[in-house]
Order: sequence, then structure tokens, then C-alpha cells
Amino acid sequence: MGIIEAKDLVHEYIIRDEEGNVESIRTALDHMDLSVEAGQFIAVLGHNGSGKSTFAKHLNALLTPSEGTLIVDGMDVSDESLTYDIRQEAGMVFQNPDNQIIASVVQEDVGFGPENIGVPTEEIWERVEKSLKAVGMWQYREHSPNKLSGGQKQRVAIAGVMAMEPKCIILDEPTAMLDPNGRKEVLEAVHALNREKGVTIILITHYMEEVVDADYVYVMDQGKVVLEGNPRGIFSQVETLKEHRLDVPQITLLAHELQKAGLAIPDGILTREELIDALQKVADKRK
Amino acid sequence: MSFILDNVSYRYSEKTAYEITALDHVNLQIDDGEFIGVIGHTGSGKSTLIQHLNGLLKATEGTIYFNGQDIYEEDYDLRDLRMQVGMVFQYPEHQLFEETVFKDVCFGPKNQGLPEKDVTLRAYEALQNVGLPEKYFDVSPFELSGGQKRRAAIAGVIAMKPQVLILDEPTAGLDPKGRDEILDMIADMHARYGNTVILVSHSMEDVAKYVDRIIVMDHGHVKFDDAPRQVFHHYKELEEIGLAAPQVTYLMHEMKEKGMDVSTEATTVDEAKEAILRLIG
Repeated sequence: MGIIEAKDLVHEYIIRDEEGNVESIRTALDHMDLSVEAGQFIAVLGHNGSGKSTFAKHLNALLTPSEGTLIVDGMDVSDESLTYDIRQEAGMVFQNPDNQIIASVVQEDVGFGPENIGVPTEEIWERVEKSLKAVGMWQYREHSPNKLSGGQKQRVAIAGVMAMEPKCIILDEPTAMLDPNGRKEVLEAVHALNREKGVTIILITHYMEEVVDADYVYVMDQGKVVLEGNPRGIFSQVETLKEHRLDVPQITLLAHELQKAGLAIPDGILTREELIDALQKVADKRK
Repeated sequence: MSFILDNVSYRYSEKTAYEITALDHVNLQIDDGEFIGVIGHTGSGKSTLIQHLNGLLKATEGTIYFNGQDIYEEDYDLRDLRMQVGMVFQYPEHQLFEETVFKDVCFGPKNQGLPEKDVTLRAYEALQNVGLPEKYFDVSPFELSGGQKRRAAIAGVIAMKPQVLILDEPTAGLDPKGRDEILDMIADMHARYGNTVILVSHSMEDVAKYVDRIIVMDHGHVKFDDAPRQVFHHYKELEEIGLAAPQVTYLMHEMKEKGMDVSTEATTVDEAKEAILRLIG
């Protein structure tokens, strides 16, 4: 069994009027199935309102299913007695770095989580050091978070989650507010955690470029998984993705356009190197 | 001529221990009808720069002329400047507050003192321009989706018919389709009305696709100020200041390095496609 198992997962938002009567029901997750093996790097794509964030909030029991089951590391998220255990195993990083940092010194912010669950002081500092080093922010440990860039703040937020030693980290559009450098820093930090610490990663994003290195990709629409596969398989389906209000990386799009114009280029080109190789082969044949 | 910035400097917390120079002797001219992109890493001074353009911040040094008038003169009407220079902040949907979408869009023109009939007309026109269907006019803005809310908020600014429209990362957090729709809408309005548009963005790809001129900010200086093609030619220097070129620009340079005789000027998918097809069509 995987670290995350969603079976027939349904979530309904119930909208009530002022008297508390049910006005309407919106189904945000509609019988969703998904399975993640421990240690995988998973990306979740989907347009605004497709249900990605609702799903993410189930993973650490911020929301609970209306129907169906979601098991995280062997624990049923519907079981309220397990809520805090689940939150320790599945940490969450949100979009806006400014909403997630609470302390006035970087290392105190990272230590906040473990202190809250009664970790002995000495171990707190060990965890803070390990976490800040893992995201490359150790040299900033005594800085004020105010003076950090967006990418640095997000890495501190990730360190804060790491200090709880979770098996799984869920990142809900962690780079949406960052500049290109900040995006790169955060992505590198997340990949390093996955590679070196074996942390399972669930990355929700609107940047197609960030998905290229994932192990497996889920595409959501109307609360369901509508496509799944490795990045190459997913991004081969340029037109289908567009129907789901999504896109492909710029290089994949260019390869697709060149293919349509008659060049013999394979499907699912993801990187510049791959495209250059393919173009060189085309050019060699012409000679 | 919309704006002239003459030696503008801005220092936060001036004459304290926390003094930070956010703008350092900036000289710029922005002409009527231009479509400009402003890029720069976090803290480069781009937000400080645009907040000067409608008088939210006052330069500590230097001066700004709008349509030939010094906006720091004592009798200059800053209220009038703010009517002419519309600002769409980041996540503008957080500023929606009225009971209905339509009322919210009416707020700006109403504040301008327009007669009720004109206010209604302006709001109607603005909502049409942002492509929000009529069935949403009378619903609460909070019932809209993320992309729709963003449109409603932008409509609230364009209903004031500003001569200059400034947008601070108008597509942050939107899905790819929503992003394209918002930018297409802005470009389309620019083409129809010929207003000046200043777009602050973290997406090099978007800037390359839409604008005619890019201003690159770094440490409060204007680092580059040129057409996208020329600016992205400096991709190595852009990387040094935390930015990048569009992916296709890197591709063209790498092809050239591998000995393929291709033009390295492309900054959009279409330009790259043409250049490659010219080489091996």
C-alpha cells in the first residue's frame, strides 16, 4: 500500500443562506482515485477551481472527505483522533510566504513546530540545523525573515515543515509569487529533500516547467483525475491539456509546432537538449 | 508624452539606521500609447517605481512630469493624476468589497463624480471589455472563480478610463488559460484604445510575447531599457541579477553553440519556429 491512497474521494462545499438553510452544494472532489508510493515526486496540475487545493487540504486533514476514503501513511483522515498525527506526517507549504512565517528570527520560526509538539530543546536545535541546511538557508539563521527575498522566505517555510520530520510534504503553488530565481531556489530545495531525505513530495503548480522532473503527474479537472502518467506522456498531449485550460512547457510547445510544420520530431520533447538533438537529426538527414 | 522621470531617487526610512535606497537616480521617458514591461527580481525597485507614477510615493530626490506638468508642484492635483493613472495591484481581487460585481465596478467612476447614467455605462463597458458574462453582474464578487474575480477587479480600474494602466503581476496564481486570457484582454484593449500600459511581471515568456519595450530594474537602477529582443540578448547579465530569458532564447543560443547557423534573436515560440524553419524547413 502506498503512502497516500485516495479511493472514491468526494468533497462537497455546502453553501448556506443566513438562516443556515442549504442554498447550494458544490462538488469540489468527485470520486477521485489516486495512489502515491513513498519517496515519489508527484506533481498535480489543474486549472483554478479544478479541485487541486481541496485535495491538498485533505492530505493533512484540514478538510475531511464527504464520501470515500483517504489514507495517509496508514491513517484514515476521517478519523478525528488521528488529525494531529496526520499533520505531523504530511506537512503543508502554501502560496504566500508572508502568511506562513510567524517568528522574528529565522531559526525561531523553524523551531516553532517542533517546540509545539514538545520536542526536547536540544533536539529542536538539531532539527532546526538539519532543516535549514537542507534548504540552504543555514547562513541566514539569525536574520529577520522580513529582510529575505520571496524564494528565501519560502525555503524557510519549507524548513519549518521539515523540522516536523514529515514523511510527506504538500506544496500548494509554492512559487506563484516568486521571481525566476526564487522559483529555481525553491524547486531545487524541494528536489533535494526528495532525493536526499526520501521525503514524498506532492507539488501543485501552474508552471508547466516545474513538472518536467517529477516522477508522476496527475491532471485534475472538475474534481476528478482526468490524465495521469509520467511528464513525457502527459506533455505529449498538447491539445488535450489545452482543453483542460493547461499548457505545456515552452520547449514542448515549440517542438509540437515544428512537428505540425512537417519536421520529423518525436512527441513529448521536454528539454532543450532533447529538442536540439532531434533538430540535429533532422538537419543531418537533409544533407 | 505621458511620463518623464528626471533623476528620481527614493529612500525608505530616510535618515534612520534602516535607510534603504529603493530608487537610485532613475531617468525614464514613457510615451503615450506604449506597452511596457517592467521586470526585476524581488526588491529590485519595480514596485517602488510604479508607485511613484500615480503619486503613492513621493520621490526623495528628483521630479516626475506627467503630460508636461511637474506632479510635485504645490498646486498640482494628485487626485487628478490618480484618475488618469489606474493601478491594478497584485491580487486585486482582495480589494473587491461591494455586494454585487456591477456595484463594485461602479465604485471608481462614481468617485470620479460622473453622473449616474455615465457610471452605469462605464461599468457595463468595462465588464464587457474584461469579458465577464452578463449573468455574473448581479452576483456577489465572492461567488466568482479566481480568474473571474481578477477580471472584475481589473474592470473596476478600467471603468475609470485611465490614460495609463499599470498592472502589478496581473496573472499571479492564475492557471495557464486564465493567464493567457487576461493578457490577451489587456493587449486587445491596448490595441483598441491606444492607452499606455505598464505591465510588471515575473514571467519572461509573457513579457516577451506582449510588450514592445522592457525596463529591467536592478538595485534601484534601470539596468536595461529596450525592445524585448535586445534586452534578452543580455541573458547572461539577466541571470546575474536573478532574472532569465525565455526558454526559446536559450534554445537558439545553444543551437548556435552546437554549430547550427540559426538567428539567436527569437524571444517567442512563433519567432523561434520561424527561425528554425528558415534553417531546416
